[in-house]
Amino acid sequence: MSVALSAPDISRALTRISHEILEANQKSDQITLLGIPTRGAHLALRVAAIMSQIAGHEIAVGMLDITMHRDDLRLRPPRAIMPTSIPTQGVEGRDVILIDDVLFSGRTIRAALDALGEIGRPHTVQLAALVDRGHRELPIRADFVGKNLPTSPTQSVKLHLTEIDGVDEVLIEGN
Amino acid sequence: MRHLLSISDLSKIEAISILDTATELARVTDGAVKKLPTLRGRTIVNLFAEDSTRTRISFEAAAKRLSADVINFSAKGSSLSKGESLKDTALTLQAMGADAVVIRHGASGAPQRLATSQWMLGSVINAGDGTHEHPSQALLDAFTIRKHCGKGAPDLLGIRVAIVGDILHSRVARSNVLLLTLLGASVTLIAPPTLLPVGVENWPVTISYDFDSIIPTVDVVMMLRVQQERMSDLFFPNAREYSRYFGLTLERLRLMNPNAIVMHPGPMNRGLEIAAEVADSARSVIVEQVANGVTVRMAILYVLLAGHSLEVGSK
Amino acid sequence: MSTNRFLLKGATLADASSADVLIVDGRIDSVSNQISDAAATIIELKGSVILPGLVDLHTHLRQPGREDAESVLSGSRAGAKGGFTALSAMANTSPVADNAGVVEQVYRLGQEAGLLDVFPIGAVTQGLKGETLSEIGAMADSIAQVRTFSDDGNCVSDPLVMRRALEYIKKFDGVIAQHAQEPRLTVGAQMNEGEISSILGLKGWPAIAEEAIIARDVLLVDHVKSRLHICHVTTAGGVEIIRWAKARGINVTAEVTPHHLLLTDDLAKSYDPVFKVNPPLRAQSDVMALREGLAEGVIDIVATDHAPHTMETKECEWQEASFGMLGLETALSIVQKTMVDTGLMSWSQVADRMSTAPARIGRYLNQGQNLAVGSAANLMVVDPSRVWTVDRDLMASKSRNTPFHGFELPGVITHTFFNGLPSFMDGVLLESGGKS
Repeated sequence: MSVALSAPDISRALTRISHEILEANQKSDQITLLGIPTRGAHLALRVAAIMSQIAGHEIAVGMLDITMHRDDLRLRPPRAIMPTSIPTQGVEGRDVILIDDVLFSGRTIRAALDALGEIGRPHTVQLAALVDRGHRELPIRADFVGKNLPTSPTQSVKLHLTEIDGVDEVLIEGN
Repeated sequence: MRHLLSISDLSKIEAISILDTATELARVTDGAVKKLPTLRGRTIVNLFAEDSTRTRISFEAAAKRLSADVINFSAKGSSLSKGESLKDTALTLQAMGADAVVIRHGASGAPQRLATSQWMLGSVINAGDGTHEHPSQALLDAFTIRKHCGKGAPDLLGIRVAIVGDILHSRVARSNVLLLTLLGASVTLIAPPTLLPVGVENWPVTISYDFDSIIPTVDVVMMLRVQQERMSDLFFPNAREYSRYFGLTLERLRLMNPNAIVMHPGPMNRGLEIAAEVADSARSVIVEQVANGVTVRMAILYVLLAGHSLEVGSK
Repeated sequence: MSTNRFLLKGATLADASSADVLIVDGRIDSVSNQISDAAATIIELKGSVILPGLVDLHTHLRQPGREDAESVLSGSRAGAKGGFTALSAMANTSPVADNAGVVEQVYRLGQEAGLLDVFPIGAVTQGLKGETLSEIGAMADSIAQVRTFSDDGNCVSDPLVMRRALEYIKKFDGVIAQHAQEPRLTVGAQMNEGEISSILGLKGWPAIAEEAIIARDVLLVDHVKSRLHICHVTTAGGVEIIRWAKARGINVTAEVTPHHLLLTDDLAKSYDPVFKVNPPLRAQSDVMALREGLAEGVIDIVATDHAPHTMETKECEWQEASFGMLGLETALSIVQKTMVDTGLMSWSQVADRMSTAPARIGRYLNQGQNLAVGSAANLMVVDPSRVWTVDRDLMASKSRNTPFHGFELPGVITHTFFNGLPSFMDGVLLESGGKS
């Protein structure tokens, strides 16, 4: 087990992602951030706070649970459904940035696109991930990445956040 | 959890997780989303050996909103009405590859027989068996109560519920007593002594024959349907006398707490156990119970079927 | 090796003494220490107990009518395996044993099977309908010599019919074996009425429905000075009423089934109809009262109420299923487990409750003789120190509805002798009297 990102690393990465999103999306009042629970939702709140400071106004932020759209439900014990909360502006015609903690097979993002499609038709959908560890199984890529971490498929990458785990860090386990 | 046969099979944590799942599903389905892909490719059979349009429709809607394939197998016109045994029906369903069977049956314990007999492998969901239990109704009732009377807690601690009417023959009452007390509510049963089972003194409830004295003390008044044929079985003299002592009349409605709600599992006998004006009053959440029924049944199907580990490695 | 001389060596008798038993030409020739007989087949029985052949006063053999569930022959096999040398075939066959023709047919089938005595019981009323008396005299005077009359399965609930029946049988030294169940209080009843029935939503069969009939009938039999036997008592209250009646000198006897000595109503929680029986399994307090009553002699006998049923009538919903359990092949083991191993009864009391007393009630003259020298050699051997596991698929009965499947029970029956010949020996049924 080794620490791949420390607390300051994570903080720097989120700040950089925030700047990049604003650079790529000139109309910042059209942006809606949607975090994927559980840790992606907390990252979304942090990114929204940073972006709001830079932009000088509140950035819309919510969370999108993708459990019911997963394609691996049958392979695992039942999962608890997490809350979904869409900001009052909705998603119709907006620039939606999905925020996830670790981008891996891409299946979570596929489920998120399905879940989003049930809610409305955004102008664009973009993806931000704190860590991209590779090994994609679907044609999906992130628009904004905090850190590319080369891993082997048998390793596991874990994000800890102070809101849940009491500490900010990214760990790699196994070999 | 593989089957839902009786509330007594649920832990408090499991019961709350079904209610929480239903809460999240309600949020999703209140919006534009009418259908989720969660149970795509799953086959759910509604096996209704006893007529019950509302429960069948509710389960059917729940299954379809989760994209399951639904097969309805009802008493009339099916082999069930031609004397086919429960065993042969189960073997047929197994051969058809049913992932779950939602069963309504006139015989108490029929769902448990189906689940424990080895006749079929799928999940069994009790949609009402004889005078035994009706767990999905109790879950939707608890969901409705938590929504209206809950103070933000996940359980029903401190909420006072009166269940009024034919307790003896009521599967709704049995499931509700188990679930509401499991969740911390206090339950009073109000009925003529003829319509309380021998042994009820050992249930975790208070018993009363006096509706008027209990009404002002509760947060929920849950009325039960009274079958007309009970009169010929000597349970009470006539409908008028029943209504006078145990009907929820407008006068009794006025005795209720300002925030207390009126519930009824349906179908109602307006004018017998509940006055029409009460059923249609602002206190009544009876129509909402029906809507909540679909959401709660979606949650039940999700919890039982979405993560079925039996299928792993079978392909 | 002789086929008419058997010497049983080294066993303990019911009274706990040790003695050898010599059987010659169907009779008990001698019972004493250290018998030697060079001509006899010698059977070493060290550690075992010899009891008089068991007599069941309450058996459903299902023939005529439901030979798919049991026949006189298959029931005889089950009986021999269970240590019985006499069974009493209940009258609720199809057609009903309410006339001389049916009881003679059943009697002859028993003779043909030849494994034990089959004594038919006659119906009290025609068609078991509880309305008019059956041909009691014709049955009593038939070759079956019926002395016990019962509508078992139904209660003779009409008090006037019961009174007339009790009076009429006096002419034949008969006895009415009453199935005590007040019918109006048990309409649609499914199991013992109490906390468990209230939770399971199964219609209750209240203890009072049994006790009310017992109370009425002990008063009736006292009034008309006849003979009454109460079938399958299941309630503490029933035991209490019979105790009271006997203290008053009323001529009443009573039976308890092995299953009511062991099983309780919480088994219904499985909704498995193998536990569905009439009268139903009761509470633990009733079980303890029944054991006490049997030990005391308030309850005179153990009777099996062996009730075979085909698979399809048990593999279904509880309320659709038939009432009844198998009993013949497990009866003695259950009695050992509940009464002997608990210290409540001695083996000599077991011999009384399962052989002597039922033979006396049924007037079975060649049975229940308790190894008296010169009497018919009807006896059985049990090794009380061995245990066995009940397997419904290894039953001699045609049916499989034993509630004891998988139970580990004490007491392995090794031999049954009927009229001096082995009918069951070392796990094998000997249908041609030991010559097979």
